[in-house]
Amino acid sequence: MTDLALTAPPRFARTRATLRRMLANRSFALGSLLFGFICIAALVGPLLVGIDPNALSIRDRFQPPSWQFLLGTDNLGRDMLSRVLYGARLSLGIGFAVIVLNAVFGVLLGALAGYYRRLDNILMRVADALMAFPAVLLAIGIAAALGPSAITAIVALAVVYIPRTARVVRASILVVRELDYVQAARASGATDARIITRHILPNCLAPLIVQLSFVFAYAILSEAVLSFLGLGSPPTVPSWGVLISEGRAYMREAAWLTMVPGVAIAITVLGLNLLGDGLRDVLDPRMKVEQG
Amino acid sequence: MLGYTVSRLLQAIPILFLVSLMAFGIIYLIPGDAATVIGGPSASAQDLAQIRANLGLDQPLHVQILTFYTNLLQGDLGRSLLLGVPVTEAIIQRSPVTIGIAIYSLVLTIVLGLSTGIIAALNHNRWLDQAATIFALIGVSLPNFWLALVMIVLFSVNLGWLPTGGYVPFSQDPIGWLRTATMPAVSLALLQAGLLTRITRSTMLEVLSQDYIRTARSKGISEWKVVGKHALANVMMPVVTVLGLILSVLLSGSIVIETIFGVPGIGALLGNAISSRDYPMIQGGLLFVTAALLLLNILVDVLYTWLDPRIRVGGGK
Repeated sequence: MTDLALTAPPRFARTRATLRRMLANRSFALGSLLFGFICIAALVGPLLVGIDPNALSIRDRFQPPSWQFLLGTDNLGRDMLSRVLYGARLSLGIGFAVIVLNAVFGVLLGALAGYYRRLDNILMRVADALMAFPAVLLAIGIAAALGPSAITAIVALAVVYIPRTARVVRASILVVRELDYVQAARASGATDARIITRHILPNCLAPLIVQLSFVFAYAILSEAVLSFLGLGSPPTVPSWGVLISEGRAYMREAAWLTMVPGVAIAITVLGLNLLGDGLRDVLDPRMKVEQG
Repeated sequence: MLGYTVSRLLQAIPILFLVSLMAFGIIYLIPGDAATVIGGPSASAQDLAQIRANLGLDQPLHVQILTFYTNLLQGDLGRSLLLGVPVTEAIIQRSPVTIGIAIYSLVLTIVLGLSTGIIAALNHNRWLDQAATIFALIGVSLPNFWLALVMIVLFSVNLGWLPTGGYVPFSQDPIGWLRTATMPAVSLALLQAGLLTRITRSTMLEVLSQDYIRTARSKGISEWKVVGKHALANVMMPVVTVLGLILSVLLSGSIVIETIFGVPGIGALLGNAISSRDYPMIQGGLLFVTAALLLLNILVDVLYTWLDPRIRVGGGK
């Protein structure tokens, strides 16, 4: 035991080695580049552009992309660049909130189910039932009941994806909890809470991070569907889905109104998928299961 | 085999029970008074009382649940507020449309996903492989409703090849059906094809590296036969396992896709129900589609055991 501890590389060296392997992974590098670009655009973009996304200008209706209006204008003369950038804040914000809720409740429920066998049966049956619903359909059902808002979209998507995250956490806890060092910790009198938080969870992080990156991608796609159906954010703060839905009526004369937000969604989701693939290859090569 | 099927069906009962309970509970998620939300601001006190009576909301909760299950067991999912007809009837009436497009889309998915995946694996690390991988990645990253809109602009508005929407039943005019069903089916299929390509490629790579394939090759069997006869049978296995997932995404995707193309299927029915707050229809549709998928998944699993002799001979797991 002590020999192993002595020969193990110091923590920072290991982290550095993992980081180096990540950057050497093409999927991860390209994914972070795309996703990083979108995140920076969402954070800094609105400040740089400095145009109110809701400022009307009837004179400039349906302007195609040009030097004056880089991404054109919509039916009310609003600047599309500014609207897409503000939309990025909302869409990414919703996606981020969904993965935070997933991380918190997915880990909590997954850990309870994986560690306490008695709870496992009940929790996993409820998870099975929730997962029996097609993901987007359940989100639509919940959002239809709660009424349209950004919070609704977050809650609906969190409810849909938390059981899936909890299952991933549970699966890795089931493996880790039987390992010798956990038994040793238990034998030395450590409490359950300490065993879970200090000894088990840190070793389940890799599959969790991979899962969260895919959940982020699904959340962006599903949020767009919800907004498109009028169940997400209100039109005053347009998310990408709302923008596509608004542009739909003018597809013939102003195709850019639907193209621009669609491409933004595609780049974000592509980036996240690449990021997830890369993370999976580097952190957890065994987990090559496609999640739905 | 029969025992396995029966045990799978029995296992589905508690899940179906929970699923139905959740579908029932959706109406309780409505913030505030459900009747006021459904009736809208212009509803009089009498209207509200009528809505409550129709939905059974004026009864105590345990009575509501009991009535819900009594009706459910008789195939009664309530009455649509918007259409005024029984939910079950509306769903059954529209299901052939959705089933037709789903099958079309599934065939496209399988043909496209399998062939791209196999081509990628056979050309491992060459440009064809890279192209297929990029196709698959883009496929899983595009929002399908956006793809549908892009296809309308391209193929209907600009090229004028296909109608922008509408629907012609297959029994009436097969060519007309093909013309109206192709864009919805393709926009539903591309995403799934991406997913299937990824799975097929990785499975095929794994299969191709196995001993029996090397043996077959060293016996001098043509590459075509090695792939077609020896490898393909084993590649089909994981494909069957993702069938359930693919069907699930196809059916939930149909809400938006059918609404966009104006196809009168279950998806559009649900889409309309959502925009007009027709809760019995939302609950019924959700329950119906989920139950149908659960049964389809069992069918897929049974098919899987039948296809895989290792499980079949072992008596089924």
